[in-house]
Amino acid sequence: MTRRGGFFASLAAFTIALTPVHAQVDFSGAWAPLFHEDLPERLPGPELGDYMGIPINDAARLRADSYDADRISVVSEYQCRPHGGDYSMRGLSNMRIDAIIDPVTEQLVAWHTRMGFQEMERTIWLDDRPHPGPLAPHTWQGFSTARWDGNMMNVYTTHLKESYMRRNGLPRSDRATFTEHWVRHGNYLTVTTLITDPVFLTEPLVRSQSWVLDPGQRMGRDICEYNQEVPKPRPDYVPSHMPDTNPFLKEVSDWYGLPSPVLRGGAETMYPEYRQKIGKPERPKEKCDRYCNCGALDNPTCSAAPRSPR
Amino acid sequence: MSFLRKTAWAAFALAGCLAAQQPDFDKVEMQVQHVQGGVYMITGAGGNTAVQVGNDGVLIVDTQFAPLAQKLMTEIRKLNRGPVLFIVNTHFHPDHVGGNAALAQMIGAARGPGRSDGVAPLKIVAHENVLNRLTQKVVNQPPFPDQGLPVDEYFTPFKDLHINGEAVFLYHEPNAHTDGDSVVLFRGSDVVATGDIFTPGAYPFVDVEHGGSVQGEIAALDHILELTVPSKTQEGGTYVIPGHGRICDEADVVEFRDMVVIIRDRIQNLLKKEMTLDQIKAARPSRDYDTEYVGPNSFVQADQFVEAIYKSLTKKSK
Repeated sequence: MTRRGGFFASLAAFTIALTPVHAQVDFSGAWAPLFHEDLPERLPGPELGDYMGIPINDAARLRADSYDADRISVVSEYQCRPHGGDYSMRGLSNMRIDAIIDPVTEQLVAWHTRMGFQEMERTIWLDDRPHPGPLAPHTWQGFSTARWDGNMMNVYTTHLKESYMRRNGLPRSDRATFTEHWVRHGNYLTVTTLITDPVFLTEPLVRSQSWVLDPGQRMGRDICEYNQEVPKPRPDYVPSHMPDTNPFLKEVSDWYGLPSPVLRGGAETMYPEYRQKIGKPERPKEKCDRYCNCGALDNPTCSAAPRSPR
Repeated sequence: MSFLRKTAWAAFALAGCLAAQQPDFDKVEMQVQHVQGGVYMITGAGGNTAVQVGNDGVLIVDTQFAPLAQKLMTEIRKLNRGPVLFIVNTHFHPDHVGGNAALAQMIGAARGPGRSDGVAPLKIVAHENVLNRLTQKVVNQPPFPDQGLPVDEYFTPFKDLHINGEAVFLYHEPNAHTDGDSVVLFRGSDVVATGDIFTPGAYPFVDVEHGGSVQGEIAALDHILELTVPSKTQEGGTYVIPGHGRICDEADVVEFRDMVVIIRDRIQNLLKKEMTLDQIKAARPSRDYDTEYVGPNSFVQADQFVEAIYKSLTKKSK
């Protein structure tokens, strides 16, 4: 081996020594959410009574049927709640991801994420630390650990607080856990989430969200102060519809001309074969008049108002 | 035998059912969680124990079952070697007062003033209704040991004391889980111990036979929410040690309170339709909460919770 060859061999060995034993992708930076997936649900929010595509059980269905959105106004403790960790990636916030590096070993210890809305912060640990025991407190974002599988980061989250599966009252329990698969393709980040909930789901719920790198963004503060917005008719009042009395559940069927059973959700409604079963719309609309062309350039905010023809 | 005596020990029999669900006490392992400030939660079998430690010594809230007293004391001594100055009982059920006498014996403290060996006297504190329940004699039941009786009882709406550098408040919550419930606020540590008024993941046992009521339960939960102040994003801040289950905060109590109110309202609505208890049970007004609050080892089943609400609502209307 020549001296030059020896130098390059040493350089190569040094470089290999610096390379992590497992593949790692750099997720750090500022990211903006992309809304091409599930936009009407994510931007204006889901319609009341629309549980389509969610593998809920009867308990979740009745909870959602009984849900009265007045609860957020009347029960002030709800007002400053952030999304749960499983939902936060579907929200409207920009996101900043910082790497937490061990200053002694220079190894990546964790990713720290921060969202604009409600200043949601989350740490995803990569140092093989154990999850807390069953008596430890639960948080909105839960406790997350991750491992690499090639270029994909697999995240497992436990210790969630009770929250929502969908923002129309569909509940998600504090016994739920979720797994995420984080994949970066150039400037795009895709996170696929699988939620398991023994209390409200009969099968795992799978959703995905995408992000684009957005280095110019500046994240501000979002400090929420809760306040009683509506007087309570009595001190122990919690707004809720009695079973089978919610007058708003039928609206979504009327607006979209969809058969009511489809909207009731359940595992069956997740699968493509269900389209064969539901048949044609009961009252097909001649033209779209609600959330039309949602997310397109002429309707980026997904307005519910009818769009005038161009 | 008076009705009161019968019902007092019926509770013990009921708690015996609870005990029957417990594992072999020899196999129970104590788990210690630091909650916040000077307050810890020790979990074994029976109710949770809250322990506050500091320069003055030790204050214990609830003592689990008698056979676990040694294990409980072993864990407490790992936290603090100082004198045990107070035992507080949140209510009279045996899974919360069972260890009183054994702990008092271990501590070796004479009760009351007049002790001359320099050891601070142990005080056992509870609402007076706890003392009343524990001193009612029942046929075929041994009397509650004198050494474990909460003779430092209070009858006022609240009692305060200062220990380990912080104010500690005992609030009487009338007719909630029982008629003698106390909620304990550690003001400096910012921790609340609720007793069985709050049992996350399980329906509350509204002990109507011993003065409990769903109205009092809701009022007590509302009071706990007044005592708790969440930190940023509505979590943390004041931590809550429930009667059974994991460490919680205000948001967890809100979910629990809302559950109790919503099911109460549904049963009230069915009562307006003049439905009987059997009809109300058949309507299953709690069915969307059962998957969350009833498990294979639950102490309170859905029907029992519905019945307790029914009884307390109809009792009120008499």
